[in-house]
Amino acid sequence: MTLIHAENLEVRHGGTLALHDVSLDLEPGEIVTIVGPNGSGKSTLLRALIGAVAPSRGFVKRAPGLKIGYVPQKLHIDPTLPMSVRRFLDLPNRVSDAEAEQALAWTGVQGLEKRQIAALSGGQLQRVLLARALLSGPQVLMLDEATQGLDQPASAAFYQLIEDMRNTIGCAVLMVSHELHVVMSASDRVICLNGHICCEGTPEVVEAAPAYRELFGTGTGGALALYRHEHNHDHDHAHDHAHEAAE
Amino acid sequence: MTLLDDFLVRALLAAIGVAVACGALGCFVVWRRMAYFGDATAHAAVLGVALALGFQIHIVAGVLLMAALMALLITELSERGITVDTALGVLSHGALALGLVAVSLIPGVRVDLESYLFGDILLVSRGDLAVIWAGAALVTAALAWRWQALLTATLSPDLARAAGLRPRRERLILTVLLAAVVAVSIKVVGALLITAMLIIPAAVARWWARGPEAMAALATLVGIASAIGGLWMALRFDTPAGPSIVCVAIGFFALASLGGRLQRGWGQ
Repeated sequence: MTLIHAENLEVRHGGTLALHDVSLDLEPGEIVTIVGPNGSGKSTLLRALIGAVAPSRGFVKRAPGLKIGYVPQKLHIDPTLPMSVRRFLDLPNRVSDAEAEQALAWTGVQGLEKRQIAALSGGQLQRVLLARALLSGPQVLMLDEATQGLDQPASAAFYQLIEDMRNTIGCAVLMVSHELHVVMSASDRVICLNGHICCEGTPEVVEAAPAYRELFGTGTGGALALYRHEHNHDHDHAHDHAHEAAE
Repeated sequence: MTLLDDFLVRALLAAIGVAVACGALGCFVVWRRMAYFGDATAHAAVLGVALALGFQIHIVAGVLLMAALMALLITELSERGITVDTALGVLSHGALALGLVAVSLIPGVRVDLESYLFGDILLVSRGDLAVIWAGAALVTAALAWRWQALLTATLSPDLARAAGLRPRRERLILTVLLAAVVAVSIKVVGALLITAMLIIPAAVARWWARGPEAMAALATLVGIASAIGGLWMALRFDTPAGPSIVCVAIGFFALASLGGRLQRGWGQ
C-alpha cells in the first residue's frame, strides 16, 4: 500500500511558483532522498506532504491514519518557553519513562532527559528530534536537512542510524538534503528537484543523468567513495545495505 | 452570602479571578510573542464598550464581540503575510481612538471612561464576579483540554501538522480565549493594562520554571499575589486598584530578574 501519493503538486508562495508538476509515491520501507540546490523547493515539498502548506494545484493523499515522524530542519524554541528533553518527548502524546529512555539511547543521546532543549548542541538537538519522531511509531520518517551543521563523519553516522531504523522498524524514510554525495549512497531512490522533478531513480541512475550533472556539476565520485569506505569500516555489525544491493 | 456584601471581599475575589484567567494564557502570549496582539485586542474592548452602550447590550458581550473580531482580523492579516507590526499599530490605536470618540457621542449616557480604561475594581458587583469566575473557569478548562496540542503547535506548527494536529485551530482557540480574558478583565484592570496581567506574571515565572506546566502554575501564583498585594496597596495609599496590581507585579518582576540573573540566565 502506498503511504503517500502526491499528484501534480503546484505550490505558490505569494506570487512565486515554488513547486510545479511534482508527482511522487512513497512505498513502505523505502529510503527516498530529495536532492536539489538551495531554493529548489525541497522543504516546501516536505511541508506540502505533511499538510503544512496547501498546494495551489494537485493533491496529496496520505494513507488513512498514517503516522509521520517529522524531523524539521531546525527547531526554534522561544527562550521564554522552558522545555526539558523529557517533556519534549511527551509532545504531542505522552510516553513512558522507559520508552523515552530507550528512544534517546537508540539515537545516541541517552541521559539528556533533564537538559533544556535550548541548551542542546545542534547535533544533540537533531538526535532528540529523531528520538521524538521515533516515539510516535512512525510508518514514515521525514527528515529535512537533518545533518545541517554536522561534519562529514557525524552526518555519515547519522545516516547510518537512519538506515538502522528503517531496517529495524521497517518505516519508510523520506529525506531532503543538499549533501548529495553522503546522502545518496544510503538511498534506494533519489529524486532530483529544482522546482519540478528533474530526474529520479537509483543513486547511480541519477548521478549519471544529464539533468543532475547540469545542476550539480561532476567530479563527485570521490566523496561518494569516501562515505562508502567509512561506512564499511565504522560498523562491523552486518546490515542488508540497500545501496549494495543496488550495485 | 453576607461575606460577598463586603465590596472589599468582592474586589479581592474579582482580582484573584482575573489572575487565574490570565496565568496560563499569559504564558502562551509570551511563548508565541503575542503581547502586541493582546494590546490590540484589549484596545478593541473600548470600542466594545461603546457598542454595548449604543445598542444597550451587556458590556461583557459587547467587549467580547469586539475583542474577538479584532483578534480574528489580526490573525487573518498576519496569515496573509501583511506586515503585522504596522497593521497592529493602526488597528490597535484605531480601535482605541474610535472607541473613545464613539463613547462620547452616545446620547443620554454619562460614561465614566476611566473605569473602562483603568478598571474600577471596587465597584465589582456579584454579577460581575460571577462573569469573571465563569470566564476564568472556561479559560482554564479550555487550556487544560487542548494543553498538549497547544504546546506542540506553539513549539512548531509543522511538528503539530505532521502529528495530525491542526495548528490553525489551536491558534484560533487561543485567540478566542484571549478575547474572553479581555472581556472579563476590563472591569478589574481596565483595557489599557490587561496585557500587563497576561505577560508580567508569565515573565516572572520564566525565571524559575523548568517546564511549561510549572511556568503556568507559577504565573498564576504570581498573578494572585500581585492581585492581593495591589489591592492592599490601593487601600493603604488610596491609589487606583488596577494600576496598583500591575505595579506589584512589576515589583515581582524586578526582584525575580535580579535574583534570577544572580543565579543563571534563561534557557540554561
